[in-house]
Amino acid sequence: MPARILVVDDDAAIRRLLRNTLLRAGHDVIEAGDGKTALRQAAAEHPDAVLLDLGLPDRDGLSLIPLLRAAGEAVILVVSARDAVEEKVTALDLGADDFVTKPFDTDELLARLRVALRHRERSEAPPHIVRRGDLTIDFDTRTVRRGDTDLHLTRKEYDVLGLLARHIGRVVTHDRILTSCWSGDEDPRIEYLRIIIRNLRQKLEPPGEIGSVIANELGVGYRLRADG
Amino acid sequence: MEPPRPDPEALLRAAAQEGRGRLKIFLGAAPGVGKTYEMLSEGMARRRDGVDVVIGVVETHGRAETEALTRGHEIVPRREVAYEGRTLREMDLDAILARAPRLVLVDELAHTNAPGSRHPKRHQDVAELLAAGIDVYSTVNIQHVESLNDVVASFTRVRVRETVPDSVFETAEIEVVDIPPDELIERLKAGKVYLPQEATRALGHFFSKSNLSALRELALRRAAQAVDARMLDDVRALGLGGTWAGGDRIVVAINELPGCDALVRAAKRVADGLRGPWTALFVDTPRSAHFTDDEHARVAATMTLAAQLGAAVATVPAPNVVEGIQSFLTDARATQLVIGKSRRSRWFELRHGSVVDRLIRDTPNVTVHVLPMPTVADTRRPARRRSGQPGTPIGYAVTTFLIAAITALATALFHILDLGNVALLYLLPVMVAASLFGLRTGLYAGLVSSLAYNFFFLPPVGTFSVNNPENILSVFVLLGIAIATSQLTARVRVQADLAAASARTNATLAGFVRQIAAINDLDVAAQMICDDLRRLLQVQVVLLSTPLGGPLDVLAASDPSYRLDTMDLAAAKWAFDTGSPAGKGSGTLAASEWLFQPLKVGDRVLGVLGVANEAGGDPVRADRLPLLSSLIDQSALVLERLRLQAEMRDVDVVRTRDRLRAALLSSVSHDLRTPLTAVIAAAAQLHDGATPDLIATIEGEAARLNRFVANLLDMARVEAGALKLRIEATDLSDAVAGAAHDARRALKGHGVQLDVPPDLPLVRVDPQLLHHCLLNLLDNAGRYGDPGTEIVVEGRNRFGELRLAVLDHGPGLPPGREGEVFETFRRLEGSDRVAGGTGLGLAIVKAFADAMGLGVEAANRADATGAAFTLIFPAALIVREPLPESTA
Repeated sequence: MPARILVVDDDAAIRRLLRNTLLRAGHDVIEAGDGKTALRQAAAEHPDAVLLDLGLPDRDGLSLIPLLRAAGEAVILVVSARDAVEEKVTALDLGADDFVTKPFDTDELLARLRVALRHRERSEAPPHIVRRGDLTIDFDTRTVRRGDTDLHLTRKEYDVLGLLARHIGRVVTHDRILTSCWSGDEDPRIEYLRIIIRNLRQKLEPPGEIGSVIANELGVGYRLRADG
Repeated sequence: MEPPRPDPEALLRAAAQEGRGRLKIFLGAAPGVGKTYEMLSEGMARRRDGVDVVIGVVETHGRAETEALTRGHEIVPRREVAYEGRTLREMDLDAILARAPRLVLVDELAHTNAPGSRHPKRHQDVAELLAAGIDVYSTVNIQHVESLNDVVASFTRVRVRETVPDSVFETAEIEVVDIPPDELIERLKAGKVYLPQEATRALGHFFSKSNLSALRELALRRAAQAVDARMLDDVRALGLGGTWAGGDRIVVAINELPGCDALVRAAKRVADGLRGPWTALFVDTPRSAHFTDDEHARVAATMTLAAQLGAAVATVPAPNVVEGIQSFLTDARATQLVIGKSRRSRWFELRHGSVVDRLIRDTPNVTVHVLPMPTVADTRRPARRRSGQPGTPIGYAVTTFLIAAITALATALFHILDLGNVALLYLLPVMVAASLFGLRTGLYAGLVSSLAYNFFFLPPVGTFSVNNPENILSVFVLLGIAIATSQLTARVRVQADLAAASARTNATLAGFVRQIAAINDLDVAAQMICDDLRRLLQVQVVLLSTPLGGPLDVLAASDPSYRLDTMDLAAAKWAFDTGSPAGKGSGTLAASEWLFQPLKVGDRVLGVLGVANEAGGDPVRADRLPLLSSLIDQSALVLERLRLQAEMRDVDVVRTRDRLRAALLSSVSHDLRTPLTAVIAAAAQLHDGATPDLIATIEGEAARLNRFVANLLDMARVEAGALKLRIEATDLSDAVAGAAHDARRALKGHGVQLDVPPDLPLVRVDPQLLHHCLLNLLDNAGRYGDPGTEIVVEGRNRFGELRLAVLDHGPGLPPGREGEVFETFRRLEGSDRVAGGTGLGLAIVKAFADAMGLGVEAANRADATGAAFTLIFPAALIVREPLPESTA
């Protein structure tokens, strides 16, 4: 599934590395070294995805996110050396699809990009069914199966897993989970979410392999890993 | 020849003037001579020269020609002050300071400001303007000059209350606005002279020709004196001439009686005339202890006046006034003494002797100026214990018993004694009675003894008649001895009392100093100063300072319910900024309830000590002022010591930081270069074809670099104090799994066993910081654990706290030094068999754990097979709330 990717980074070495990686994966690559060029390229070339570095010479990369969102349908993957949790959350809140922290693993980067592009294609219609390895989540029947066995989930467990599954491969922030799975008269607290996740892990992950199905993005949120 | 030696004092005075504004005073002999007019026209002339001139305040009194002159000037609007239902319009000092002109015209220097103003007197406003570098023109009449106040009042019979201290004139340029008396009288008759209503009564007398001539002469002389003084100062500053060195020193002795103000002013005139330094002296005799509050206040007021007139002030303790004055005159090498002769009753002088006569007689090298003082009644006070004490009944009883005993003894021994010896025996009760019970009892003993001697022993025995004249003598001798002994004892007792009082003061001070010397904490010391001063002086005390270079703030108070309003704070700030006292009883911001004294060491003001009397009276009694100033000096020294200690500590901190920085640099260069070398070498070999081995090297070393850089960044955040905690309820099993996942490369070659039960309660920590702690602990275990062995992470809920341990199999830690591993850059001996590792990792674990409130422990495993690092989550961090049904 070749796509047109806009790489925004002020460092030429990183741009070269990303270009080689992306070209080898069969993508089409456009480059920009600063925010202004990035906006111009995004408007002119209609890329499918933007790999966005936050430390740009002319402006804060965070401020580009809403502009890029407005400029087209491109998915936005933030690639940054900044490690601050607040910034990741802000980037996601502003409309970024995912983030990767430098130094990154190129395979990981390509996987995230693939997931984001896949979501973009079917973002219009919510899925009826999500499969991950031997795990099946059926939204029509509200059932979760592992192989042939039905898993018995509580309503909250199903809500959280369902939300993660609809965004499989992508991080969903704590706030987002808490606001969509806890109704107004309940007290949405991260403690409850932790317990739900712990319960889900016990039901979904083999013993000794905590994190193999649901990944914990520290301070940001959770992610249902894309491939088993 | 010796080069001329400049007088440092004069140089200092000159230096203090640099950068200050200059004051020009238009001095007049009487109202109506045209001072204001003269000042305005000269201001106008300066304005034409291009000088920035404004009018601060000018009273035209509706005179047309004066009014006309103000029109050309910019006028700073006056400030309106509401006072007792009236609106007073005062000069707006702050507005002028803000406007900052080159020259400001300020009429009527002697004016008294409305209550509640910053300064009670206008001349103090002017002083502030001068200090701000603004030139001032001002006007004043000669009768307002402090030291001439009495002189003018003596011949005009009009006394003005508003006076200007002579010190104001010392640095000013003085221009006498002079018109002949005849012309002034003409102007007066023509109604051209404005006078306040209340003054019109005295008018006829005041404006007589003779008075005006005398006033005119005074004004001219004062102006000439000012010129003289300045010239002399210049000469001294240059080191020319030298006649002042052995010049006159003037001492004025003051007491508690009314009228001492005049004495002080007279002394000022003497000092001015002789151009010598002068001192106002109060002798603290045992009598002072019985002063009424009024008398204390009068002494304090007189001392304040003297200080304002430029005198040094001193208080010396002594058994009596004459001795106190004499010893001070000798110590100060004084040449002139000014004293008052109070018109006391003859009886008083007979009993006490005339102080004046004795001083004139006994101080041969000192010129004594004696001024008359108002008559005071001698009956103000009841007779006191000392010479006139009536004695106690017990005293009389003991004396009578003694005499009876001596009589019995003498009768028993009469056969071996002659008459003379018997008389000697009778001396005994007389001396005992006089020394133990005072004069009256002594006299009683003398009388009774002589009667007993006469009756029982002198022939004719059994009668009171005496037939031998020499026996009459022995009666008188007994009486005389009684008087002499009692006087001597009384004197000794007074001196002992004085010594005791002085010892008490010294003991108080010594105790204070000893206590406070042991204190090393500023807040504790400040509190102790306040508490001790409160105990010693029975006043409310606050101590203000500028901790950490911030604004002036209260450091401690003797009474937590103290109250400082805006006025008080302004006074405190004034005292701090200028280094001179402010507030109640001082010349500045006297409306404050507090008296603020600067705590000074040298020229550095370290803080301000405020004292206030709850009852609302004077903060500190005059006789306690020396003690207060000693305590203040000691407190200032304490603050200075603490400041220096803090400075030393800062230096230590800097030194430690430098050492760390050096260690960091060496470790950075080692730990960054080693993996880089490996990466570069491996990459170079890739040209010959990539082997899995080379690729693994590059990946491994790069990961190591990355880990190291992350640690450096973490350490930098800790050192910079930039750690921001984001505390969240966190699941330990999740956290451990995540860390083990991220550390998988460092743990390669080890088995990893995660033994964290999933039912452990959640803990409140920063997940990110916890993650880094765990990464470092795992990294450390991977590095120091023997290859191929298992690394265990073990979570346990024990006695209400959670313990999370990372256990390895390896050499473990050197026994007894386990705790040292957490010190920055510490790599324990024998540990560098593994390449890499700066010792940063464990220091970060410790720093992060501390920040989150976790405990850390380093120990060897119980079975001595390796090291055990444990994070301890105290009960307070454990989430215990029951979870709602819906989550279960």
